[in-house]
Amino acid sequence: MRRFIQDLAEENHNQATHLLQILRAIQTRYHYVPMDAIEQLAGLLHIPRTQIISVVEFYSFFHLNPRGQYELLISDSITDHMLGKINLTGYLAKQLNVAVGAVREDGVVSLDNTSCTGMCDQGPAGLVNGYPLTRLDQPRIDRIADLINQQRPLNEWPRELFQVNDNLIKSGLLLGHTIAPGEALEATFKRGFQQTLAEINQSGLRGRGGAGYTTGLKWHLCYEGPEEDAFCDIATQKRQPRYVICNADEGEPGTFKDRVLLNSFAHQVFEGMTVCAAIIDATHGFLYLRGEYLFLYDKLQTILGERRQAGLLGNNILGQGFDFDIEIRLGAGAYICGEESALIESLEGKMGIPRNRPPYPVTQGYLGKPTVVNNVETFLAAAGIAVYGSDWFASVGTEKSKGTKILSISGDCSQPGIYEYLFGTTIQAILNDCGAADVLGVQVGGPSGTFISSQELNRKLAFEDLATGGSFIIFNNTRNILDAVHNFTHFFAHESCGFCTPCRVGTSLLKKQLDKIVEGHGSAGDVVALEELCQLVKNHSHCGLGQTAANPILTTLERYPEIYQSQLKKISYEPGFDLDGALETARRMANRNDAGAHLAQTAEDHE
Amino acid sequence: MSKTITIDGRTIPFEEGQTIMEAATAAGIYIPHLCHHPEYTPHGSCKLCTVKVNGRVCSACTFPAMEGQDVLNDTKELRDDRRKITQMLFVEGNHLCPGCEKSGNCRLQAVAYYLNMLDNHFPHFYAKREIDASHPDVMIDHNRCIFCTLCVRASQQKDGKDVFAISGRGINKHLIVNAQSGLLKDTNLEVADEAAHICPTGAILIKRTGFQVPIGQRIYDHQEIDQVSLETEHPRHDE
Repeated sequence: MRRFIQDLAEENHNQATHLLQILRAIQTRYHYVPMDAIEQLAGLLHIPRTQIISVVEFYSFFHLNPRGQYELLISDSITDHMLGKINLTGYLAKQLNVAVGAVREDGVVSLDNTSCTGMCDQGPAGLVNGYPLTRLDQPRIDRIADLINQQRPLNEWPRELFQVNDNLIKSGLLLGHTIAPGEALEATFKRGFQQTLAEINQSGLRGRGGAGYTTGLKWHLCYEGPEEDAFCDIATQKRQPRYVICNADEGEPGTFKDRVLLNSFAHQVFEGMTVCAAIIDATHGFLYLRGEYLFLYDKLQTILGERRQAGLLGNNILGQGFDFDIEIRLGAGAYICGEESALIESLEGKMGIPRNRPPYPVTQGYLGKPTVVNNVETFLAAAGIAVYGSDWFASVGTEKSKGTKILSISGDCSQPGIYEYLFGTTIQAILNDCGAADVLGVQVGGPSGTFISSQELNRKLAFEDLATGGSFIIFNNTRNILDAVHNFTHFFAHESCGFCTPCRVGTSLLKKQLDKIVEGHGSAGDVVALEELCQLVKNHSHCGLGQTAANPILTTLERYPEIYQSQLKKISYEPGFDLDGALETARRMANRNDAGAHLAQTAEDHE
Repeated sequence: MSKTITIDGRTIPFEEGQTIMEAATAAGIYIPHLCHHPEYTPHGSCKLCTVKVNGRVCSACTFPAMEGQDVLNDTKELRDDRRKITQMLFVEGNHLCPGCEKSGNCRLQAVAYYLNMLDNHFPHFYAKREIDASHPDVMIDHNRCIFCTLCVRASQQKDGKDVFAISGRGINKHLIVNAQSGLLKDTNLEVADEAAHICPTGAILIKRTGFQVPIGQRIYDHQEIDQVSLETEHPRHDE
């Protein structure tokens, strides 16, 4: 092992910023991160062992204790649940003779849940040693269980188990008018950097991750950098370095458009990053790819290689004297790293904890240098605008939301997949296209977004009405909305980074309080207490995760207060747990099961 | 003419580069806090110092003071929310004041009194946490850790060591120490280190000093935390 770790560290130039990549390799090889490896790495990277331990314990894909040689993870998105995930996981556990959350005694296989893997249109889905398994059903699970029990290496498994489809169903302005490699860069060099920035500005492009910050302004602020840069002489190259980061940590449950954009439109995404680099004067870029999309890694590296060959990356791009290259870094299972400052921390080899702001990344980002962080779709759109101009983009959409939005549609509809819509399109029109019937409501923007009921289907896709990063989950009338709220609330508690009190403690309290109500142990006052807690978490949390963690409860409580009330007992006080259930151990130990060994839950039940 | 902000309607001066917390403390205005300490880089995690700046919620310990800010600090709404955040810290760990050596000197307890916290409000987590009594002079009772990182920062910034760190995610966060064995005795912590003394709660205690000052004669037995804080935490102007 010492040799392996040493070579690995050398491959990564003994840089602590590469810690996640190094730990990924160790986890893949040994199925955990041994303490001996941590000791050795601390010496090689010149960082305290505590930094390595904290990173291992922070990211879901790293473990201090051995996992199975086949690490199986089943996606826990609500869409997987709607496709029968619970029963299938139970079946899988039985076939493999391993409990969920455990490692089989022979160490061959471990099974656990994981947050949404971005395969909502082809679920239920899972991961085996990081690679996606899609459209799981009993026959597939039988095959998988056989392959594991025979200990067949992954490269001998049938390819169709790993088949990931684009399901690109509706193309619009962007996906219908893709550009040839180099086209946006040529247009940018021809037009000039500042003029191209002006085009981006005039196009009205706003960040596609959901928050909607004006892209042109972000690039401009990064170009300007902190105040001290204003006194530097650009000609003497004394400016601080700048960085371009593409945020492909697509973790919002129900979102999978970036997977498709990177699978089929990666040239244009990289080109958008390169145009940005030219404008802000950056030489180095990163694609931060969520760990769940490991299967795209080799393909994307190949495309970067092609771009270098074609003179579109590397030194002296298109002979214009401009140098820029892109490095791909993989995440390791942490939703919070979709938050830009947490992503930067992660890129630096640390836990993904959002930074205090100000300063913002445009002045102090990666390694404290001015940094642009944009969504995959934003870079795709920027490359299109660089070629076709601002009017092409700004002439469609609404006043405050120009252009189009790419949606990931899943849930109860006949054609889940990728759809591109003009901003301003009504939810009803979208539902008609994807074959949704008998709709109860739609979760727009994922768990952190808004639940809208069937009474609101004339609302519009736009920053000024329903802003979204692209997640669009449809529920029909056979669904119980509380199942979704339960799933989302547990998701946030699992993904909270734990930095600030209101989110660390609050998301777990929300989970407890909601479970109490959903499980029928709530009494009068419990819904009020739930709402009060929601407001506290929303108003005081450090970052967007905590600020939106209560949205599933708040947006459904507003629309369906009667569903919550109907869960409550009609008494003023109800024990917060199952009294009789709590006596089970005592009954077993005393070997009793007579009436006297049971307890009624409430005084009323006694009558 | 110096620049000013207003806090609860009172105009106070500030110097460029000061946070709202620093400007307030210098002007004799107390903003409740636990993870903040004037001698260390602000952390902004406990959220007790939450104030409203021109209507927007901000952490006073990290947010820079800027001309024209209208800050709300001592309002009923903020007091109520700060009390609930304190209650969260109490239910998350296992804080049993009557049996704790730190009682009376504890900033968590003192801030709870200051905010008129009379019960825990939220259900307890009853977290299973350990005690590390391996070190000859210093012990860690993880039951009382509130993840303020003051020991982490003191060890790095004052002691020039790296004894402590916070590890894990979400509600599973926990304090770890820099030793292969994971035990405090195998770190280079010494009893004279600032990190051994800075804990606001009873999570890090010095051995063989317990109850040398009797209950009833301790810091917060006689003064409220706002007074103590303003007297001891004046920002140093020589920096």
